[in-house]
Amino acid sequence: MRFPYSFPLTRAFCTYLGQTALLAEETFASIFAGRIRWRLVLNQVVEIGYGSQAVVIITGAFTGAVFTAQTFFQFSALNMSSAVGPVVSVALCRELGPVLTALMVAGRVGAAMSAEIGTMKVTEQIDALRALAVNPIDYLVVPRAVAMLISMPLLVAECLFFGIIASYYVAVSLLNVGSVYFLHNMWSFTHGKDMVMAMTKGVVFAILIVFVACQQGLNTRDGAVGVGRATTEAVVISSLCILIGNFFLTMALNIIFPAGVH
Amino acid sequence: MAHANLIEVRNLKQTISGQEILRGVNLDVQRGETLVLLGQSGGGKSVFLRHLIGLMRPLSGSIKIDGEEISSLSERELEPVRSKIGMLFQDGALFDSMTVFDNVAFPLRERGERSEKVVREKVARSLELVSLEGQEEKMPVNLSGGMRKRASLARAIISEPECILYDEPTAGLDPIVSDTINRLIRRLQSHLHVTSIVVTHDMTSTNHIADHVALLSQGRIHFTGTLPALHSSTDPLIRDFIEGRSHEID
Repeated sequence: MRFPYSFPLTRAFCTYLGQTALLAEETFASIFAGRIRWRLVLNQVVEIGYGSQAVVIITGAFTGAVFTAQTFFQFSALNMSSAVGPVVSVALCRELGPVLTALMVAGRVGAAMSAEIGTMKVTEQIDALRALAVNPIDYLVVPRAVAMLISMPLLVAECLFFGIIASYYVAVSLLNVGSVYFLHNMWSFTHGKDMVMAMTKGVVFAILIVFVACQQGLNTRDGAVGVGRATTEAVVISSLCILIGNFFLTMALNIIFPAGVH
Repeated sequence: MAHANLIEVRNLKQTISGQEILRGVNLDVQRGETLVLLGQSGGGKSVFLRHLIGLMRPLSGSIKIDGEEISSLSERELEPVRSKIGMLFQDGALFDSMTVFDNVAFPLRERGERSEKVVREKVARSLELVSLEGQEEKMPVNLSGGMRKRASLARAIISEPECILYDEPTAGLDPIVSDTINRLIRRLQSHLHVTSIVVTHDMTSTNHIADHVALLSQGRIHFTGTLPALHSSTDPLIRDFIEGRSHEID
């Protein structure tokens, strides 16, 4: 049937989707075959995980703080200010923590991955790897994918931790919510499944970011202009994938881990 | 049994962006010789070279390396073939995140060499062969064009390939550095007895290094033969190329 292929955009989208899926398939095949260069993985964990600390802590803390303030302003009118703790912690675990961490990592790490691989592509360094009998996917993509899968859940956990700490500080110290009520309610309404949901989203977003960024880098052409274009597209596409994917993930995960049910 | 011809190319065709670049190239390269592939800029010489190491796949035709057909091999199946061949890229293609030492040591480490002592000895020998001693700790960005090419050549020869492909080894270099590179190619052939294929449009370089010459024109091999045969040819296209003559009217 020729109908979908008669539209250039449809065709380009299908091609892009297919190429990214093939890249993911080849990467996971290499991982399961044990072709992992652990030294490069450690370098990438430092780059992705350690290097993203500041941005993730600041994002988590200020999101927790501002969300607490807004929730308090609305809820205090209904005499429900003690509900601030659970509302903030559940929202952070289920949505804000993983999504905002992923958006920050996409902007910082996804852009860097795409630019680095893209520059290697246009300066023939990837061809040099191939000519030296080194598979570029094994050497460039596998370490980044493994490092992302290790780092993202930890970064999400860190974002949640600092978000909840900031929320506690703002609620208890600045807005005079009772410390015992805040902690007790938060503890009662936040469950392990909320954390599992956060970690699951972290892993899925890690996969989206790494394959979009690497695919953009490996497909770079047209020199310096192409590197700039690939980098911008990597951030835009991975951010959109995170936001759109988050909706479907939320719907799917809510079936497995329904909200509010013990 | 080793084949007399290390490389056999038959009816190789390639099209890029709708333009026919190679229109049926036939070429044999004998083991141990230095073949210079001449041709105009943009005539498909580098494209041809990239096919010999599997960096590009032919539209049709056959490429045999040491008797093995490589045009239908997958990336992973190509790896053993590629480990027999070294390539010098036009701009060196050094890894810009690594020092010269790490660039040259890269193929050894990737092939499982764990002894740093062995790596250091082999890197030192390779750098000595290309006259680049003492530059180990420099980053590629701090090297001149000629030094980058020599470092790249050191990386290509460190794992002792049977064949080295040179993509415009003297392009963009001054005559003195070009002469150094030419002498280096000759020295590597006499020291390592490798088969060399040199893509160039530099006649000085050709006269210095060639055992055999092939001329690529209009996507086909127009001439193959020895250097004296090239110089004694009366073919107008060959004469124009040797004498550097265009037919454009001022």
